[in-house]
Amino acid sequence: MAEYHINLPLTKEDISLLEAGDFVYLSGTLYTARDAAHKRMTETLEKGEKLPFDINGETIYYLGPSPARPGQVIGSAGPTTSSRMDKYTPRLLELGLKGMIGKGRRNEEVKAAINKNKAVYFAAVGGAGALLSKCIKESTVIAYEDLGTEAVRKLRVEDLPVIVVTDCHKNSVY
Amino acid sequence: MIREVSGSEISKAIEEMCIEANLSLTDDVRGRITKAFKDETGFVAKKILSQLVENMEIAKNESIPICQDTGMAVVFMEIGQDVHIDGDLTEAVNEGVRNGYERGYLRKSVVKDPLIRENTKDNTPAILHVSLVPGDKIKITVAPKGFGSENMSKVYMLKPSDGEEGVKNAVLDAVKSAGPNACPPMVVGVGLGGDFELCAILAKKALTRDLDRRSEKPHIARIEEELLKTLNETGIGPGGFGGDTTVLGVNIETYPTHIAGLPLAVNICCHVNRHAVRVL
Ligand code: SF4
Repeated sequence: MAEYHINLPLTKEDISLLEAGDFVYLSGTLYTARDAAHKRMTETLEKGEKLPFDINGETIYYLGPSPARPGQVIGSAGPTTSSRMDKYTPRLLELGLKGMIGKGRRNEEVKAAINKNKAVYFAAVGGAGALLSKCIKESTVIAYEDLGTEAVRKLRVEDLPVIVVTDCHKNSVY
Repeated sequence: MIREVSGSEISKAIEEMCIEANLSLTDDVRGRITKAFKDETGFVAKKILSQLVENMEIAKNESIPICQDTGMAVVFMEIGQDVHIDGDLTEAVNEGVRNGYERGYLRKSVVKDPLIRENTKDNTPAILHVSLVPGDKIKITVAPKGFGSENMSKVYMLKPSDGEEGVKNAVLDAVKSAGPNACPPMVVGVGLGGDFELCAILAKKALTRDLDRRSEKPHIARIEEELLKTLNETGIGPGGFGGDTTVLGVNIETYPTHIAGLPLAVNICCHVNRHAVRVL
């Protein structure tokens, strides 16, 4: 079990270095999307249209934050349960998605797709939303504003603490 | 003598309780998390628990909700028979939730229709459980419930012959299948007896009981303690990364049941086991 500080977007080298159980502090840009945004992104793809951001090489944080108070960047901002995104994930991995941050188990299909596409699944600590919000330095809604908390946001994070659950070498904590 | 309580008084109390419950945990839950952090021997587990301790502090000091899932508002009201409520009670409760979630910068997580799934944008309606009791007071408990853990809850219609062993095995089964998804360390609320729907309500109620107070029935108090030990031996640990701390507390509420049945509900809650209580 190692500890790393890694800049986003993830590189091929970063991904192959990481092993299940490693502690990682992520800095850089990532995107938020949870249930409703995943559903809409999939419908967009089915219509043959483009996703609201270029997913190739990017990391998605499964997050629906609470509203920011005046003067705050974002409200409470911890992970939601990843398994609800399982249905949509293999397709996004095929399109080049490299990192996912959530909490809890993934199904076998997602694990296989993580291995095949050389990606990585991290968990942030569920229920630590106040602490995690302090690592988010910028937040902008870039798509699906009507979804409220479920809109797609572009975030800039600094030292966001996560743990590798499923690495690209077929290892998984659970 | 009938005592008048206005709907607006109820709304105001519920508004404040929604905010309070989402910013700071009750002393019993805080105490259990802090103790778990001190006692934990697993390296990763201790690190995660230290984040939870720090998280509680940040939430309280900076008014940031403990968790972004600020829950669906579950409201228990014990209304004295000698109280007259001025106005529409359900609307008064919903008005309180609406204002609390707006003014407290809490997340609106309720959809209007289970299939169409359009957000109501004000976190209403609440889930309201009313019971009538003697007296002229109103006791209100507001328990915002997160759904990562709610989704892992279960109802088992056991047979009387399953007995204590069957009950323990079912609770263990529920906690194991919840695993990392329910944001462990968890709090486990168990409803035992009654019928299909009552056991589920009892299980939710069990989550609002002080974790340091055991059941008044000696055999149930013993089962609570034995289960706490067994569940922590699963080694699921904080975040599901292994460790000594899987469960912070087990509370069991019981009710008489039918000769043919042994209904059991396991309401799984995360460590963000929130509630606020007030008497009007
Ligand atoms: S299960 Fe609890 S701690 Fe986890 S995200 Fe939901 S409310 Fe927060």
